Amino acid sequence: MPVESRFLSENPYFSGLGLPELDSIKHLFSEERAERGEIILLEGEPTDRLFFVATGVVKLFRVSPEGKEQTLELVRPGGSINEVPVFDGGPNPASAQAMGPALLYIISKTDLESILRGHPGVALNVVKVLASRIRHLVSLVEDLSFRHVIGRVAKILLEHAGDGARPGQRLTQQEMAAIAGTAREVVGRSLKTLEERGIIKLEHHRIVVTDKEALKQMADAQY
Amino acid sequence: MAEAPVIDRTKCDGCGLCVNVCVCNVLILVDQIVTVIEVERCDWCVNCEAVCPTGAIACSFEIVIQD
Repeated sequence: MPVESRFLSENPYFSGLGLPELDSIKHLFSEERAERGEIILLEGEPTDRLFFVATGVVKLFRVSPEGKEQTLELVRPGGSINEVPVFDGGPNPASAQAMGPALLYIISKTDLESILRGHPGVALNVVKVLASRIRHLVSLVEDLSFRHVIGRVAKILLEHAGDGARPGQRLTQQEMAAIAGTAREVVGRSLKTLEERGIIKLEHHRIVVTDKEALKQMADAQY
Repeated sequence: MAEAPVIDRTKCDGCGLCVNVCVCNVLILVDQIVTVIEVERCDWCVNCEAVCPTGAIACSFEIVIQD
């Protein structure tokens, strides 16, 4: 089924194009469906197609040599995936996985370039999308490189933990991120790291501190 | 009794992304508001909270220190 002009009109890439122009380009898009957990793109592989999420959510992530996964972004309907290799010709900088059933609209690099040549306004839209993406990633890089978020997460856990005399407080990962001044994705990874080191255990809706001394050391090590 | 993610009905806009990503199939939309069914099957993956664009779902963790 071809992409709907309405979907394109609501997409930041094609903002400003009129219905006749949208109708003239919609045949350039193909449709693909992905099932829950399906890998849509693999880090390091070449691709020359740009993806738009129509329904569902797609997770962009990288995996370290040790096998640790870092979520970079959750792309919701209307969002796009894979600009970097489409525009610079290099490999995928990240993997993409459907978090649930997803519908994707796809355009090839060649067809996208023909749209850019015919509609310079779209090029400006692309710049805005890329700028927004860079802003998000720069913020994530700052969190991952320069801040000792894991130490702050350790401190938050200690400050909010129950100890038998008083019940433990309840916090969502979003709330921990807000307290730590970081992104939710970074808190998720910090918790996983603490669990891998045997300092905490994630049990359904509980975080059990199994090595309080080690957690204190992590909290004290922050600067 | 099993705990369920907490839904703020005033924030839910019925987009259904949480239903889409729920690996345990315990969420449905009722009158365009997300509702938790079969609470005991929820494994607290927190995907629903992560994808919610309006912050309508909270999967909180109780923090306890093991004796």
